[in-house]
Amino acid sequence: MYTTAIFYFFAAILVFAGLRVITARNPVHAALYLVLAFFTAAGLWVLLEAEFLAITLVLVYVGAVMVLFLFVVMMLDINLDRLREGFWDYLPLAGFVAVLLVIEMALILGGRHFGLEVMGTPAPHPADYSNTKELGRLLYTEYVYAFELAAVILLVAIVAAIALTLRRRKDSKYLDPAEQVKVKRNDRLRIVKMDAVKKSQAGEEGA
Amino acid sequence: MESLGMDWTAVQTVVWTLIKILALVVPLMLGVAYLTYAERKVIGWMQVRIGPNRVGFQGLLQPIADAVKLLMKEIIIPAGANKGLFILGPILAIAPALAAWAVIPFTDTLVLANIDAGLLYVMAITSMGVYGVIIAGWASNSKYAFLGAMRSAAQIVSYEIAMGFALVGVLMAAQSLNLVDIVRAQQGGFWHWYFIPLFPLFLVYLIAGVAETNRAPFDVAEGESEIVAGFHVEYSGMAFAVFFLAEYANMILVAALTTLMFLGGWLSPLPFLPDGMLWWLLKTGFVLFLFLWFRATFPRYRYDQIMRLGWKVFIPITIVWIVVVGAMMQTPYGHLFH
Repeated sequence: MYTTAIFYFFAAILVFAGLRVITARNPVHAALYLVLAFFTAAGLWVLLEAEFLAITLVLVYVGAVMVLFLFVVMMLDINLDRLREGFWDYLPLAGFVAVLLVIEMALILGGRHFGLEVMGTPAPHPADYSNTKELGRLLYTEYVYAFELAAVILLVAIVAAIALTLRRRKDSKYLDPAEQVKVKRNDRLRIVKMDAVKKSQAGEEGA
Repeated sequence: MESLGMDWTAVQTVVWTLIKILALVVPLMLGVAYLTYAERKVIGWMQVRIGPNRVGFQGLLQPIADAVKLLMKEIIIPAGANKGLFILGPILAIAPALAAWAVIPFTDTLVLANIDAGLLYVMAITSMGVYGVIIAGWASNSKYAFLGAMRSAAQIVSYEIAMGFALVGVLMAAQSLNLVDIVRAQQGGFWHWYFIPLFPLFLVYLIAGVAETNRAPFDVAEGESEIVAGFHVEYSGMAFAVFFLAEYANMILVAALTTLMFLGGWLSPLPFLPDGMLWWLLKTGFVLFLFLWFRATFPRYRYDQIMRLGWKVFIPITIVWIVVVGAMMQTPYGHLFH
């Protein structure tokens, strides 16, 4: 009863936030609604006893990905009117894709392999059950190849992203910190011994 | 009748939890207030000044006077600001700073929520703190504020990675994400505390913690000489004070986490002395003193130097040390790393 109420509370916020992501006029507001959507989704995952995944969702998507997203969106100068220009031209295609997606979802959710009768209620685990440990064990034993493959694909993506954006500017004033640290006084400073040119002028200036 | 009884226990739990939250937040806020006093006094002494000494005995009522002053001041919302987000900014700054305290244990049993993935929870919640800064900077509709927000966002995201890797070392050594278990794993005198086997990670965590809280020498987000006061330049009165509270609450949080993960939490340094919350307070106080000491000692980093330190020095150090810890655990000397 209590959990059901919480579920509907989170679900309502999630649906509302999801709607606002696509309807908000301001891209920064849209990004912030997406943050809210991730956060409420994490709340729903906690209800499903997937605490580790829920916290990781917040850590990775809310704490890192969306920060960078906002970072970019805030710096862009987006002209909303120009974005909206092609709306009616794209509507038939977008509508077709949307209908297709709805049909697919209906087929899956309404099918006989999915549903409360087929799946049954999973037994709740005791409070000291660590799904972090279970998840780690599965990832590194049963699904180790898939896991490693995903890691390698991510690595390739990282290397590619850096290779695509790395440019050496010729006029860059970059200084190598190691060389800066190594500098000794004698490299920069030359002490020149000179005889005093004027005598006993200092006393007059001071007075 | 039975359901009524159920409801009654639920209500009791909620009320009891609320009382516990109050019992945590009120001392924390007092701690924040007196941390500002301690900061001004300590830095004063380090710079051969007296520090605040007018309000109350030895200036002890100064934080109260400051709080009252800030409460009385008008909150000005700039005409071009995005009003809703402008108000949301400080709220999003302080909420994670307080929420993270839910899992911080003070002794074996004195903890609000002893959850299994406590360390991960702290990481996730503290990573949300950056939204307060970004939103405040953007909603202010001011170039200084925006630049401060951008700097802060880049800095916090960069140092979070090093911080996360430092924590991976701790959870490898303790084999748990639960903060109580992490402290228990360090039992038996100060030579069992993790700052010895994980010394590089301890240093990285401490320095990254300073950077995460936007404290000097990493306070480019509010570098006065370049961008006035950074992201909170448009804030006044209590809205400004909330940012201030969040920064200091985060400082105490980082100090407390350093204590729990590397300095043995509530455990006494010598086995024959009794363990207790006093040790926790002493160690946290010492780490906080380090924070103040840094501020009085080091000049502000240049922005590119901060980025270099985070990405090219700290992250490699942490990764190498995680490999070292993992490899050493497979050798006969593995017990040194547990």
